[in-house]
Amino acid sequence: MRRQLAAAALMLVGLTVLCGIVYPLVTTAVAQVAFKHRADGSLIELDGRIVGSSLLGQPSTGDRWFHPRPSSAGADGYDGASSGASNLGPTNPALLNTVAERVAAYRRENGLSPETKVPVDAVTGSGSGLDPAISVANAHIQARRVARARGLDEASVLRLVGQYTTRRAFGALGEDAVNVLQLNIALAKVR
Amino acid sequence: MSAAAWVQLAVLVALLAITTPMLGAYLAKVFGDGPAPGDRVFGPVERLLYRVAGVDERSEQRWPVYARALLAFSAVSVVFLYGLTRLQAHLPLNPSHATAMSPALGFNTAVSFVTNTNWQNYAGEASASHLLQTLGLVVQNFASAAVGLAVAVAVIRGLVRRRSATIGNFWVDLTRGVMRVLLPLSFVLAVVFVSQGVVQNLHGFRSAHTIAGATQQIPGGPIASQEAIKELGTNGGGPYNANSAHPFENPNPVTNLLQIWALLAVPFALTFAFGRMARDRRQGRVVFAAMFTLWIASALLAMQFETHGTPKLSALGADQRAVATQSGGNMEGKETRFGPAASGLFAASTTGTSTGSVIATHDSLTPGGGGVALAHIMLGEVSPGGVGAGLYGMLIFALLSVFIAGLMVGRTPEYLGKKIQAAEMKLVVLYIIAVPVVVLGFAGTSVLLRTALGSTANPGPHGLSEITYAFASAGNNNGSAFGGLAGNTDWYNTTLGLSMLVGRFLLIVPALAIAGSLGRKQTVPPSAGTFPTGTPLFTGLLVGVVVIVVGLTYFPVLALGPLVEHLGL
Repeated sequence: MRRQLAAAALMLVGLTVLCGIVYPLVTTAVAQVAFKHRADGSLIELDGRIVGSSLLGQPSTGDRWFHPRPSSAGADGYDGASSGASNLGPTNPALLNTVAERVAAYRRENGLSPETKVPVDAVTGSGSGLDPAISVANAHIQARRVARARGLDEASVLRLVGQYTTRRAFGALGEDAVNVLQLNIALAKVR
Repeated sequence: MSAAAWVQLAVLVALLAITTPMLGAYLAKVFGDGPAPGDRVFGPVERLLYRVAGVDERSEQRWPVYARALLAFSAVSVVFLYGLTRLQAHLPLNPSHATAMSPALGFNTAVSFVTNTNWQNYAGEASASHLLQTLGLVVQNFASAAVGLAVAVAVIRGLVRRRSATIGNFWVDLTRGVMRVLLPLSFVLAVVFVSQGVVQNLHGFRSAHTIAGATQQIPGGPIASQEAIKELGTNGGGPYNANSAHPFENPNPVTNLLQIWALLAVPFALTFAFGRMARDRRQGRVVFAAMFTLWIASALLAMQFETHGTPKLSALGADQRAVATQSGGNMEGKETRFGPAASGLFAASTTGTSTGSVIATHDSLTPGGGGVALAHIMLGEVSPGGVGAGLYGMLIFALLSVFIAGLMVGRTPEYLGKKIQAAEMKLVVLYIIAVPVVVLGFAGTSVLLRTALGSTANPGPHGLSEITYAFASAGNNNGSAFGGLAGNTDWYNTTLGLSMLVGRFLLIVPALAIAGSLGRKQTVPPSAGTFPTGTPLFTGLLVGVVVIVVGLTYFPVLALGPLVEHLGL
């Protein structure tokens, strides 16, 4: 057994050098040379300041902005240092009460009648708490509010929504998704 | 389920249909006796490793020596990893200032990664330094997967060889698994991931000034390199807390499909390697078909449940219909870019492969979807199971199946011409009951302990599901969680750690013993009394045995957890 333990320790050292040092460093070097922008987190800079990452959602409130989905990352949501979800079960009263409140708030904010069904993504939290996207249905409802608050016509806002919608990959993989941060930045440039 | 969801599933199946035979043929050469592709590239590095470790690559080991080498390697790995978790605050490459893990958490984490489980009672962003991630966790992601491969190959050799005292050399199998299978595949996959937006840098957090005027911390790290082996090695431990739901780990539906493929690629391919090494490809295809049947059935069920949503949310005014402008479905804990169909597919694949990475919160799955995930774990790493572990698990079930068939229709229990006798059957039974005993034992005890019950986040039957899921996940070396359970307590850290150890080594040792015992035997030519194992009928029998054994063991707890919750919808 002692001989095996010695071999084990030395083998672990060898594998640690290969898989724990050489592999990540070579991958990092290749990534940094070939895909620097993406390897660094697809950061968006405006006037020399980092405003966020096109892959990460961030909070935005008020009528003039498109709102992302509810988030359980950190105390206030969209905390990049503590990704995570609510972990509430499907029959948990805590989840059901929260969703009921969100439905009411969403209808109020967007001027919907109390009978209108609300897109499910608008009233549920994502898995990461950093979901950068909302559904097209959700964006269409918000577009009216945003257009009115900014004094734009709804058609032009909807055009922007279309521009920042990523369709299913190859028409089949995943779902259509509207990137909220990119859309908001584009809006700010318009008016 | 939408048409796109069906196409998505079809694309994945097509990808697997292409890669499984190719990768299977390659694996058979890597672990066969003759020359293998890449000898000239990998040979020198491997020989250097053997020289460093003082290993004679030409000498073979009897099964007890093989097992001792494996246990020694795993023990040394646990000690090293435990040291890293405890000392990370004082070591370099800690830009986010992670502090030392508690002794119980360190034990849990070390055992978790060495056993290929990757259960995580910590959040990666803040609690694990880059040094711990790469030098500790990534290394074990490779090593633990290669250990699984080694055992699978040793079991194949036991079945295939005649009158052989030895079953191979653990150090050679371990090294070849890392060098020739996992490292090259991971590197290619990691670079593809980066090209799609998975991050790969050595930064700590960077501050962003958001458009709303707040600050957001943007995490960094060598993520793509970890992500690739996390899936290929069926490990599952994510560098970030949200795992593959995190956009920096899994930015779009393309990376998502590649991740699902990576989970399934090696476990499925091993069945074809088995067929080739046994010189009877039908045997490999039969095992493949059994695994595939269980996997796709689970995938379809989970996708169906999640796209369907829950009536409770509809009643509150949420629109869960799938229409052109939204995916609909149960979106709590799911990402918009993936939607419920891809999330169900991923959930079934991660639980079938004992991986445990997630793109959707399993705690928030519908009762049906969560129940499928839980039951799929309980099948015990066979659909198609972890790297290596899936194949040797299914081969153990194959031995049980020929034995049961022998009892039912009066055939002599033989597999690949080897007589299955009392010695092997005792080991098979030990293999099959070890995990249920710890899972149900610890879960039952937890329900009776007030402190353990206090860790649940959801009331009623869902709380029972949380506890059961935790021990099923640990015992079967899966690693996914009903994440609401606050597992970072001394009780759960310790008992889950013990479950992982039992679920790994109390299975590997009997499997190797069976390999040793069968390897010594001479084969007997098939006779009229032989039950043929290369036919669809045997696939059916195998699937039936797996489902019945698991059903009888776990049905009561599944009924009290997910089933009751489903009826209450």
